[in-house]
Amino acid sequence: MITKLDKEFIRTLARDGKRENGRRFDEFRPLKIELGYAKNAEGSALVTLGETRVLAGVKLSVGTPFADTANEGVLMVNAELGPKASPEFEAGPPSAQAIELARVIDRGIRESKCVDLEALCITPKEKVWIISVDIDPLNDGGNLMDAGGIAAIAALYNTKIPKLDEDGRPMFGTDAGRLKLRKIPVPVTIYKIGSAVVMDPDFEEAEAADARLTVTSVDGFLCAMQKGGTGNFKSDEVVRVVESAYGKAAELRSAIKDALGI
Amino acid sequence: MMAEESKKLITGGRRIDGRALDEIRPMAARTGVIARANGSAQFAMGDTVAIAAVHGPREMHPKHMQDPVRAYLKYTYAMAPFATQDRVKPGPSRRSTEISDVSRQAFNSVVFLEEYPKTGIEVYVEVLQANASTRCAGINAASMALADAGIPMADLIASCSAGKVEGQIVLDVAGEEDTEGEVDLPIAYIPRRDEIALLQMDGLITLEEFKKALELAKQGCIKIHETLVDALKEKYRHIELSVSSARSEDKEDV
Repeated sequence: MITKLDKEFIRTLARDGKRENGRRFDEFRPLKIELGYAKNAEGSALVTLGETRVLAGVKLSVGTPFADTANEGVLMVNAELGPKASPEFEAGPPSAQAIELARVIDRGIRESKCVDLEALCITPKEKVWIISVDIDPLNDGGNLMDAGGIAAIAALYNTKIPKLDEDGRPMFGTDAGRLKLRKIPVPVTIYKIGSAVVMDPDFEEAEAADARLTVTSVDGFLCAMQKGGTGNFKSDEVVRVVESAYGKAAELRSAIKDALGI
Repeated sequence: MMAEESKKLITGGRRIDGRALDEIRPMAARTGVIARANGSAQFAMGDTVAIAAVHGPREMHPKHMQDPVRAYLKYTYAMAPFATQDRVKPGPSRRSTEISDVSRQAFNSVVFLEEYPKTGIEVYVEVLQANASTRCAGINAASMALADAGIPMADLIASCSAGKVEGQIVLDVAGEEDTEGEVDLPIAYIPRRDEIALLQMDGLITLEEFKKALELAKQGCIKIHETLVDALKEKYRHIELSVSSARSEDKEDV
């Protein structure tokens, strides 16, 4: 929560083309990615985007496939907004915000088809790898959606598939090869503050916003979108916002590739 | 491969259910379907059927959610356990929680909440029968139910989906198009303000295709909006008739 006065201040600045943090409307905060931050996860990444810090961890297990995708591994994305990351968050079952965060990131990864799920099949109809991506924000400094999406994809990139023992059980800590990513989906969320549209808001800016639109894309394609907030976008504004998010994602993708060493 | 070819979803510009690419399924809209509710409606597009009830404005529970300057709009989207082929476990799921939340946000922008401080306006939507685009049908039913309850709004929200099926952009995704198609793009639109109140998308789509799909979905919403308005007017038709007949009787007296 921010005060009415702070909100008005941010909105007035935005109307005049300014931000309190001095950034341009389409300027992201410095992005840092640390791979392998959580040693007991099969893959992990800590993403720092200004004050926002999100840790993502990937755990693998062997399980049975879904009946309708009998030759494919299973991918699940979960997010918990624990009180450690913000005084706004409450302990207990996942809030609507946490569910949305997980589902939007999940759709971005799934729909981009960046993970070859068929390659995660061990025995058709019987045994497949189950990939759980858990998103754990350590500090909510705004824009958890983009930081979380980048953390998830970086953690997947960092994932090592364990070897299986004679009984087909995974031997954690062993390395049978990296999980291969075919593409790098990148979410970019655009926030509408009055008539201005800004990217990568800090916490106060996100609180002052009327609406947001998350656009996840890969090279050449959009793969997932989600509008949130009680304000709206004009229909021609949606098109402009999607175009700029798509352009920004390309820029971020090369920064992410640099950080991952691709 | 042969099996897939025989299951083509679009042949000669016609879809698997015989519709043109830009055609919405047949619609049925009715208000006042739940007598005990303050407002209610049922909306069907093809085999997707949703019913909505509005309770309130009434005292907001839980009390800590009371807002001293406006009403709190509560929106619950649920599926009847028998709405799909596999039984749906009753109670909220991650999917229904997300749909409820984005739908609530969409209505927040049109309902004049400041008219009813401290109260709760509760919208309950249930999908009775699902054949794709259920959140859209739910929003259309909720829109009418809110109007039926006499709650002031800037406009009726109308909702419709567009999609990409076998590389073609289509309106109102249904049936196998939903499971086999490449893209689903549900939107909610406010015609009077030309605003997008809800937008979700999944699947691979180019920027140009997206623009086309968004425009198509918008046109679909405009058509649905007309259907919603007609259904609401229907409720008052008999009153109009009785008033006009009373007037003509007055004239005869003179």
